Amino acid sequence: MAQFGFENDIHSILKLDMPITNAPMARWQRKASSSVLASSANPSARSPGKNGNKSLSMSKTPSKTPGKNGKTQCTPSKAGGDRFIPIRNNKQMDVASFLLSKENEPMDTNPSTVSLECQKAWSVTLNGCNLEEAKILHLGGKPLNAPEGYQNNLKVLYSHVPTPVSTKKTRYISSVPDRILDAPDLRNDFYLNLLDWSRENLLAVALHDSVYLWDATQGDIVLLMKMEREEDYICSVSWIKEGNYLAIGGSDCKVQLWDVETQKRLRAMASHTARVGSLSWNNHILSSGSRSGYIHHHDVRVANHHVSTLSGHSQEVCGLKWSPDGRYLASGGNDNLVYIWPGVQEGSGRGGNAVHVFSEHQGAVKALAWCPWQPNILASGGGTSDRHIRIWNINSGSCITALDSQSQVSSLAFAPNYKELVSSHGYAHDNIVIRKYPSLTKVAELNGHEGRVLNLTMSPDFSTMATVAADETVRLWKSFELDPVKKKAKDRMVKSTGSIIHQSIR
Amino acid sequence: MTSTLKGITLKGSAELVAEFFSFGINSILYQRGIYPPETFSRVTQYDMSLQLTTDTKLKNYLANVVSQLKEWLFDCTVQKLVLVITCLETNEVLERWQFDIACDKTAKESSAPRDKSIKSIQEEIRSVIRQITASVTFLPLLETACSFDLLVYTDKDLEVPDKWEESGPQIIDQSEVVRLRSFTTSIHKVNSMVAYKRSDF
Repeated sequence: MAQFGFENDIHSILKLDMPITNAPMARWQRKASSSVLASSANPSARSPGKNGNKSLSMSKTPSKTPGKNGKTQCTPSKAGGDRFIPIRNNKQMDVASFLLSKENEPMDTNPSTVSLECQKAWSVTLNGCNLEEAKILHLGGKPLNAPEGYQNNLKVLYSHVPTPVSTKKTRYISSVPDRILDAPDLRNDFYLNLLDWSRENLLAVALHDSVYLWDATQGDIVLLMKMEREEDYICSVSWIKEGNYLAIGGSDCKVQLWDVETQKRLRAMASHTARVGSLSWNNHILSSGSRSGYIHHHDVRVANHHVSTLSGHSQEVCGLKWSPDGRYLASGGNDNLVYIWPGVQEGSGRGGNAVHVFSEHQGAVKALAWCPWQPNILASGGGTSDRHIRIWNINSGSCITALDSQSQVSSLAFAPNYKELVSSHGYAHDNIVIRKYPSLTKVAELNGHEGRVLNLTMSPDFSTMATVAADETVRLWKSFELDPVKKKAKDRMVKSTGSIIHQSIR
Repeated sequence: MTSTLKGITLKGSAELVAEFFSFGINSILYQRGIYPPETFSRVTQYDMSLQLTTDTKLKNYLANVVSQLKEWLFDCTVQKLVLVITCLETNEVLERWQFDIACDKTAKESSAPRDKSIKSIQEEIRSVIRQITASVTFLPLLETACSFDLLVYTDKDLEVPDKWEESGPQIIDQSEVVRLRSFTTSIHKVNSMVAYKRSDF
């Protein structure tokens, strides 16, 4: 029978769904029975080695919660319990109960010493020394600082940005000229104006006693005229705005007017007593500046061409420019003065008094340029002893900016494509500088000429400039070509407006 | 003069250290570009050419501070001299030149001169000033307009003189510290260090 009993046992174990008869008691059963025993019977009887006068709760959680005052919660001791908490020791019951019970009790360590030590440590780390032992003093008043407007030289030295290239990353300014033309026999005279570019894209260059025209679209060169007498030379050339007539001032004190298409002289106007070094057109009025210091207005339509005289300069007039709106004439002379003259009134004999006289330049003023997009802005540049470029507001008569260009300024021109100011220089750098307007920060420097640059002129589309220099070359610089994308958009705009006009006409 | 050649007294030591501070502060202001270089003039001191300010306001201020410092050095009540460079706009502390001064207070009791020659002291001072000059190479560039202030750490029981005020320590947060050389007159020992704002984040 015994083997039967064994078989039964094996069977029941394998079935797993029946209580194991002779297995050890489950934990909860043991707990329940022990707590029942403890509560009913004398504890000392059950654990004879233990102290009899221990409190009930102590015996239940023996010595696990030190410093407990008896008011702590104890582990649920209900027999059986309706909850099953599988793992207890992970919860760190003793720590938790200790914290719970001790939370509200005052700290037994000495608080004052601790906080003092803490404060000391803090003070040392915060102040770099113990404040208890030191006073930090400083002389009253504001902290000292350098005078207003001072900039750290080291900053200037070390954070120097190389010539800020134009903000347009796509623009490339070639440092070599697009084209070099020979200009033999060119007179190396600072006071003459020997270069001008017409609206018809003809570049007029005066070489000693002859005027040559270079067709910028085709590249042909035409000899327009030659002075009659051997000893005479040409001092200035200037195109009328329309581009069909060229005015030529000579050392014979005459101003000649040439029709370019027929290559014929229209008239020769004599009124000056010295060579005519500067010319400027304002519609039908041609103004000429002479070495005598006088500026004559010529009305080229009438027989009696000399309509008025402007007297102000005491020495040679080498710079002469009408403002684009024709309201003012700016003149610069070897006497270091810049005069601003009012426009010509019909019928008045004398040209009237100057609107402004600027005496700030300390050298001959040959370079003059009116801003095409701001009609009241004039730029002027002084000679070797001055070297400054000054920007003037003609309305107020004030100098807006002055910049030391560090070399003789021979010509100035505004380049509207990128709103820049170009200057050509003689001694000491013999170069051409493109500056942003109005900030006057350098955009590019064009070094190529081997002698001082005498004149500079812009092409009619403002994309190219021509310079003539003492090295007897004319150089063409394509520095202001518009972005092809931008240009296309511009063209398209022009086209579309054209078509609108066309439609409206139809 | 003969006695100073042999050794150094407390008075002489205070004078030497104060003089060092005068030249040191001028050097820092010049080297760090706090003041325009054209307002400095060249002088020869410690066998080297140094720059001294000609700005009258700054000169007066420095003379005031240095003469007061000399007294404190003589009393052995000064613990530190700190030159603080702050940004003028944000008031942020950018640089802090700290000179810890350890005084041998026993020198107050015994007036016997210490056995250290002026020459060797000046040799040490020279190397400190050389280091100040060389520091331009590693200190970050002061890009904004800056002002400076001088803080003097003194003993707690010191009576605050007229025109002097108590101040905060003006510590730089996130700073890099470089210790420079030290020198000692055997009565005063001066440890130098410069702290500057870390700029790599």
